[in-house]
Amino acid sequence: MNPSIDQVAQKPKSVANLFWAMTSLALQGFGGIFPISRKVIVEERRWLTNQEFVEEWAVAQVLPGPNIVNLAVMLGARYFGLRGALASIAGIFLFPSIVLILMAIFFEQMQDIPEVAGALQGMGAVAAGLIAGSAIKLASGLKGHPITFLGSMVFMGIAFLSLAIFKISLILVLFGLGFISVWLTYRRISALRKGPPLS
Amino acid sequence: MVDISPDICASEGATLVMNPIQASDWLTVALQFAGLSLFSIGGAIALLPEMHRFFIDDHGWMTEKQFNSGLALAQASPGPNALMLAMMGWYFGLNATAVGSSPYALAILGFLMTISCALIPTCTLAYTATSWVQKNSEKIFVIAFKQGMAPVVIGAMMASSWIVSSHNANYEIYWPNWALTIVTILLFSFTRAHILVLLLGGALVGATGVIK
Repeated sequence: MNPSIDQVAQKPKSVANLFWAMTSLALQGFGGIFPISRKVIVEERRWLTNQEFVEEWAVAQVLPGPNIVNLAVMLGARYFGLRGALASIAGIFLFPSIVLILMAIFFEQMQDIPEVAGALQGMGAVAAGLIAGSAIKLASGLKGHPITFLGSMVFMGIAFLSLAIFKISLILVLFGLGFISVWLTYRRISALRKGPPLS
Repeated sequence: MVDISPDICASEGATLVMNPIQASDWLTVALQFAGLSLFSIGGAIALLPEMHRFFIDDHGWMTEKQFNSGLALAQASPGPNALMLAMMGWYFGLNATAVGSSPYALAILGFLMTISCALIPTCTLAYTATSWVQKNSEKIFVIAFKQGMAPVVIGAMMASSWIVSSHNANYEIYWPNWALTIVTILLFSFTRAHILVLLLGGALVGATGVIK
């Protein structure tokens, strides 16, 4: 499975180089970090081709935890082992944490000013909209799902109602509903693979 | 202004009185983050409903307003969404601070504790599992797991958005909040408006005082 050689793969020169690349990526990521991480890793640094990036991202998504952190661990480990993985994580979190703590202290000092408190409430309402908007964008990716788009919508809807309205715990929903969904998907994919011989 | 009149909160289970935080509660929080992080398939956002239940409904260690402020600050600040979890630790630490002691030491400790507890298990797993998953990425069960979980995870994300909004259930008072959230969903879905522009717009609208 050699990656296509349409593009000379670059490598991070050093652990420090990796750290600063992750720092720059994290500091540019407002809200969703996916678009900017693809831009930095594929277009600017050229460590992965587009296709490799998608494959790595898929693996990062299977694992629990923030996708971007999993991706950083995987990339760091590939180039420099444990040191690389740690440098990647540090790059993702160090400066964003400092910025966030400073912002939190600033808001704690200023929250008695009605305009500042109001501004934060306004951003909160927008933040809720951004989460829903991201979910809707992801849902459009369910077209062509093995259990059909409609089937996946049903599972999405039940998950939403269980958590939002009936306040069932997430672990129960992931393991109960998730298991059924994975099982149906598994059966469907197996059936498709056993059917007409396609590769 | 911060006070919410009692008749609004009389509806089910709105916690106004916060419980005092004991030293042993720090361990409870650490275990909650470490344990739950391994179930955060889809990222930190999928954990919001559970964290909301834990901090506000179950233990009363945080106000609804603080929970939402933490999310808003984490969104407005650069970096991964996982920092939302750190903001829960921040407010937990802030609320644990005794009157008169230095205001931010425990808050920063809470910030660092929750994000570390959330990351150590998942990063260890990612580090050890990477080669295995790559070797098996063509296997049906890996593909089925990834694709089968996707709709459930997306439903959980939508539930997160709902839970952040739904304490504003009194529509006569909170309709501007709902309007702003819905306008954001539409702008985000159908235009190329930058996230930062949307947040800035929200801040400006909020500064006028219409958002409760």
